[in-house]
Amino acid sequence: MHVTSSVREPLITGGKTLKDVTHDISRQVEAKPSMGWLLAFLFSVGVLLLGSIALVATLWEGIGMWGLNKTVGWAWDITNFVWWVGIGHAGTLISAVLLLFRQKWRMAINRAAEAMTIFAVICAAMFPVIHMGRPWLGAYWALPLPNTFGSLWVNFNSPLLWDVFAISTYFSVSLVFWYIGLIPDFATIRDRASGIRKTIYGALSFGWDGAAKTWSRYESVALILAGLATPLVLSVHTIVSFDFATSVIPGWHTTIFPPYFVAGAIFSGFAMVLTLMIVTRKVFHLEDYITIGHIELMNIVIIITGSIVGIAYITEFFMAWYSGVAAEQYAFMNRMFGPYWWAYWSMMTCNVISPQLFWFKKIRTSIAATFLLSLVVNIGMWFERFVIIVTSLHRDYLPSSWAMFYPTISDVGVYLFTFGLFFTLFFLFAKFFPVINMAEIKSIVKSTSEKVTK
Amino acid sequence: MTENKKTYWKGLEQLTNDPEFVKNAEREFPEYLPINGGNEEGSSRRDFLKLMGFSLAAASLAACEAPVRKAIPYVNKPVDVNPSIPNYYASTFSSGGDYASIVVKTREGRPIKIDGNELSPVNKGGISAIVEASVLSLYDKQRLSGPHIKGTKSDWATFDSEVKAKLAAAGTVKIVTNTVISPSTESVLQQFAAAFGGAEVITYDPISNYGITKAAETSYGTAVLPTYSFEKASVIVSFGADFLGTWISPIEFAKQYGQGRKISKEKPVMSRHFQFESNLSLTGANADYRTPIKPSQSGLAVLALYNAIAKQAGLATVPGGAIEIEHLDKAAKELWANKGKSIVVSGSNDPNVQVIINAINDLLENNGVTVDFSKPSYFRKGDDAKMNQFVADLKAGSIGGVVFYNCNPVYDFAKGAEVAEGIAKAKVSVSTNSTMDETASLVQYVAPDHHYLESWNDFYPRKGEYSLSQPAISPLFDSRQAQDSFLIWAGAATNYYDFLQQNWNTTLFAAQTETANFQEFWDRSLFNGVYSVPSESAPVANISDVTSAASSIAKSYKAEGAGTELAIYTKVGIGNGTFANNPWLQEMSDPISKATWDNYLTVSQKWANENGLKMSEGETRKAKITVGSKSLVVPVLVQPGQADGTVGLALGYGRTKAGRVADGVGVNAYELADSSKGFTNFDVTEGVAIELTAEVYKIAQTQTHQTYMGREFVIQESTLGEYKEDAFAGRYQPKIYKEGEFVKPSKISLWKGHQYSQHHWGLAIDMNSCIGCGACTIACQVENNVSVVGKQEVLNRREMAWIRIDRYYSSPAEATSNKELEVAADNPEVTFQPMMCQHCNNAPCETVCPVAATTHSSEGLNQMTYNRCIGTRYCANNCPYKVRRFNWFKYHDNKDFAAVNVAQNDDMGKMVLNPDVTVRARGVIEKCSMCVQRIQAGKLTAKREGRKVKDGEINVACASACPTTAIVFGDMNDSNSKITQMLKIQEDTLSAIKEVNEERAYHVLEEINVSPNVWYFTKIRNKDKSEA
Repeated sequence: MHVTSSVREPLITGGKTLKDVTHDISRQVEAKPSMGWLLAFLFSVGVLLLGSIALVATLWEGIGMWGLNKTVGWAWDITNFVWWVGIGHAGTLISAVLLLFRQKWRMAINRAAEAMTIFAVICAAMFPVIHMGRPWLGAYWALPLPNTFGSLWVNFNSPLLWDVFAISTYFSVSLVFWYIGLIPDFATIRDRASGIRKTIYGALSFGWDGAAKTWSRYESVALILAGLATPLVLSVHTIVSFDFATSVIPGWHTTIFPPYFVAGAIFSGFAMVLTLMIVTRKVFHLEDYITIGHIELMNIVIIITGSIVGIAYITEFFMAWYSGVAAEQYAFMNRMFGPYWWAYWSMMTCNVISPQLFWFKKIRTSIAATFLLSLVVNIGMWFERFVIIVTSLHRDYLPSSWAMFYPTISDVGVYLFTFGLFFTLFFLFAKFFPVINMAEIKSIVKSTSEKVTK
Repeated sequence: MTENKKTYWKGLEQLTNDPEFVKNAEREFPEYLPINGGNEEGSSRRDFLKLMGFSLAAASLAACEAPVRKAIPYVNKPVDVNPSIPNYYASTFSSGGDYASIVVKTREGRPIKIDGNELSPVNKGGISAIVEASVLSLYDKQRLSGPHIKGTKSDWATFDSEVKAKLAAAGTVKIVTNTVISPSTESVLQQFAAAFGGAEVITYDPISNYGITKAAETSYGTAVLPTYSFEKASVIVSFGADFLGTWISPIEFAKQYGQGRKISKEKPVMSRHFQFESNLSLTGANADYRTPIKPSQSGLAVLALYNAIAKQAGLATVPGGAIEIEHLDKAAKELWANKGKSIVVSGSNDPNVQVIINAINDLLENNGVTVDFSKPSYFRKGDDAKMNQFVADLKAGSIGGVVFYNCNPVYDFAKGAEVAEGIAKAKVSVSTNSTMDETASLVQYVAPDHHYLESWNDFYPRKGEYSLSQPAISPLFDSRQAQDSFLIWAGAATNYYDFLQQNWNTTLFAAQTETANFQEFWDRSLFNGVYSVPSESAPVANISDVTSAASSIAKSYKAEGAGTELAIYTKVGIGNGTFANNPWLQEMSDPISKATWDNYLTVSQKWANENGLKMSEGETRKAKITVGSKSLVVPVLVQPGQADGTVGLALGYGRTKAGRVADGVGVNAYELADSSKGFTNFDVTEGVAIELTAEVYKIAQTQTHQTYMGREFVIQESTLGEYKEDAFAGRYQPKIYKEGEFVKPSKISLWKGHQYSQHHWGLAIDMNSCIGCGACTIACQVENNVSVVGKQEVLNRREMAWIRIDRYYSSPAEATSNKELEVAADNPEVTFQPMMCQHCNNAPCETVCPVAATTHSSEGLNQMTYNRCIGTRYCANNCPYKVRRFNWFKYHDNKDFAAVNVAQNDDMGKMVLNPDVTVRARGVIEKCSMCVQRIQAGKLTAKREGRKVKDGEINVACASACPTTAIVFGDMNDSNSKITQMLKIQEDTLSAIKEVNEERAYHVLEEINVSPNVWYFTKIRNKDKSEA
């Protein structure tokens, strides 16, 4: 099945044997935590605790702890939500879409990307809950549960409700997909381990026996889940974009949003994958598995999606002008030249201009440049959501209500909390789970017609 | 049962089918039980038992969970007090000379709301923000709970004996008071004065109009205010008189003015209003032509107008008045053309200026028509000269005893510091002030008076017009009505209530012939709240000579003042500062500056540019203002329309002993007033220096963007000339392309559209008669338990107002770009637009709520279910009118807000809450409900009486408070309702989308077709041509 021509560049370098693969990847799980990991983990937990002060303050005192006001009802909360959801797009894209397209290079990165997706979606899902005035009720009233309130039901017209379905579906499918992929690897670790570790990984591996039938089922499930997950890549951010697109606010009410948001999500997701991968491959010495080739391919995806996003920005402007709607035109002029001009130009610089640097082969194959630009892209994408949400709201139809939004320490703190949560979870994952899909990657160790050394 | 053929008679009556019996028998065992929606088949005794069983179980379950709250039923229910049924009492608001005849709404014995009394010939049902808010002052815990001797609480017996003895031994006794318009109180004071060797009563007013009364004395021989009739004037000229906001009797004047601003296609006539003033006042904001002038020019401007009119009349002009003032000649010409139906007023307290004003009105034959001195008003009786003499005497120590009757001169008189100094020199000092304010805290004896809602009193605001006030609640504290105190100290054997009745018996009852029974007469007067005596009026002739007044004006005013001048003004919300401790008023957005919780120096845009001051989101700098030897540090507010070379500063702030809410808010401007000319002069023209400091300060404004950016979809306005030619003048009528033609936005919809089979409630708002006074905003706050959030939260842009008045300035005429449009013109045209929930038929908020907490009613209302709201704020974001308010914090029962949100935090303040409206919890959205509780109550009344709801029977709080009836509420399905007729809804349709034929009526943001149930009428200015 996996016959490849001898001229193709190897996907894994360093002449790794199958044993090497198992060893290289299981090593991190089995060894004592390194000092570097420990420090990074403790730092993440520290950030998590620091951020939780702001979170608790918000939950205790009320949403008033944030900088929101009568005019700007969403700001950092929903910006962060959309940002994290966007980041959570790369995992599924890599594992599902690229699986269907038989892009084998994905095998080295899909595990970590999926983990990232799951953690990012957890961070994202937090915001719709905590941004509510009464989360203790909203957390379950937003679900279409049977209730004793008579015929009281959720409002199926509301894009927020669609969000509930979109995010929860996406999260469950991603989680299942990720976990199924982990099972053979857990079994590998189980087989190498002893004592309590064997029991734990044994339980985690669900009694994997490595039989041909098991493998066959495994592959079928992976394909089915990939098939299920693929539309989700498009649907999640499409639905998130409906939060804005179905409204009447100038700058929100835009039919271009679904494709524009999906492209933006992939754009930011790949940037985040790059950020994490570049660190991981260095720390865990996985340079032979996550190669420059991977980085270059991901950078190409970034150029494409970044350019789509750039075209979307320009299209929005054109449509505002072409529509002849004064409020719409003002909303876009205000983005460029209004009080939040710096947010707009940060977004333009980070998202549209800087990714174009990847046209240079030298830059897109440079680890340092890629790392830097991946950060820039994520900053830019945060600003994009900020620009859409805050600068549209702060000056909409009636000038009497125009207001500014200034974040408070609690806004920052809650954002920090999600970073803490994300990295805490990611470091736990990196330490205790195999960061690369060993089972899959073994199939591409022999990517040429050369003989594999056992 | 039906199969049984045998029939048993219960008695002969049944057999004979006696109609009386049949009726009673039906009632005895009703077969129909209101279960299963009237379906008789399905409702059985079993169902009833099931439901009863369930209810019992549910009730007992609920009882397990619900916290036990004290709810004590009446053991002996007072007559007329029915739980949940409001009672209304006619009464009168009066504070000094500020007057309004009112109706007090009480629930379970607590006054909770004040409305205007429609029967009053003075305020004619109108009301102001201050009067609306005064109900909260009743529950102010800062009020003294009993008599105090030298700061310590005492009992009345000890107190009275000490005061009596001390006063008797004091020698010269003086009684200081603000204007008293109660004839019975005046008699009491005379009786009291007589008991203490002819003690003199000294009257002063914090906002003095001594100039008018003094000039009336010169011109007509009696020191009174005239009766003004703005409704009879086609041309109105005002020199700095803010008659719509703060001048003398603003409610009355607003009511009159509003009549002259109502136009229709059939009657395209309206008054033309010229205003010459320094600060941009509420009145100036409504003027058709407004010219900023310096206070030092004001006298000359009046003189120039006199000369211009005298010239027209062919009379001799007086020397002086050589001054070039824009629009003044035009004003003179139009005044002359409208002789006998014009009015000229001045806010100046300079008697000389007022003499000229009198002369002008005489020349224009307005005397006896629009300005009637033969029908005097008694709103101001203050005598600045006497008061100044008193202060001098007090300071000199020549006064033995001083009694302050509900006045606070230490705070609100220009020489307050001298009064404070002098009080200690009097042997005995007494005050009846109800709080330990600046004056009361310095006197030896404080005998706290009742709040006016706890008092009996009568009033005589105008010749021929009487009114009464009656207690709407038993006294909350151990206070005593001041009149009773005076009677006791004077040794009289009667109490004030009897005294009052006796007084009416001997005077008014005796003079009438309608009834012979005093009790009947009294009850009727009390029920109505007002009583009128027909009065004949012989026109008074002007006896004065204008030349002496003119020459003194020519001396004391100058055409080109070099220095900075200070025009001290009064704010609509805070007034003279008496009610400063009322958080509703402190947080009321000023109609012009939109600022709350502060006073500030208003400066012109030119001055700000020259001094490099740019205000952004309320952030500004402080300046040091020096007047003579006194200086104050105040924040600066850039005020378009402010005359160059002048600054304005509001009175009523800088209270030090008003209480928790007001203390330390702003600075006291009274002490800057000038009294060197024998009258209290709030125009300080000399010795004023302003120095901008580096100190940054934030003024809490509810609106920080000043202009409407040329957005026709928000503000639609035109001029009268254009309106006469085309009733659609100024209308913006968006059309949307659909299948080959351009159609109205309402013709294209995703929605099926609602049908309202019963009522279809709506509001019609006339931007032409809305003067922006803000009475509606306070009325709404009282009615709907809207939280006060305090200065910091207003700064955070989180005020909770359900109705706001958007105030827009015009941009400079040449402005085209966004940046230019953002700046207001130097002397802008002003437009007020009341903005509340628009109750959209295609409501954007309703679709986006994930839990259906906001829904549409079958009567067109957009409803908010607080219990269901989870607080995503999506509705607020998606509201194009930004009228939804979020409870960012818990505002009730929260010590962080206890100091400002008095009505929802302390046990006393909570008594003012409207029990029909929920106090909202933290984390939910709230907004205008179109007073759904009132609609419900009105419908229930109609249902109980078995009839349809009558138009006018239900009214929303904002509409009922509006002194100019700019807001009209009604049922758009009722073809006879006022709103239907105003909007000219012809078709008898039940559809939510009504075809409105009134040319001026428009929807704000029509093009997005959210289809509001609130209609606005274009603003029409009476200008020759559009200027900005």
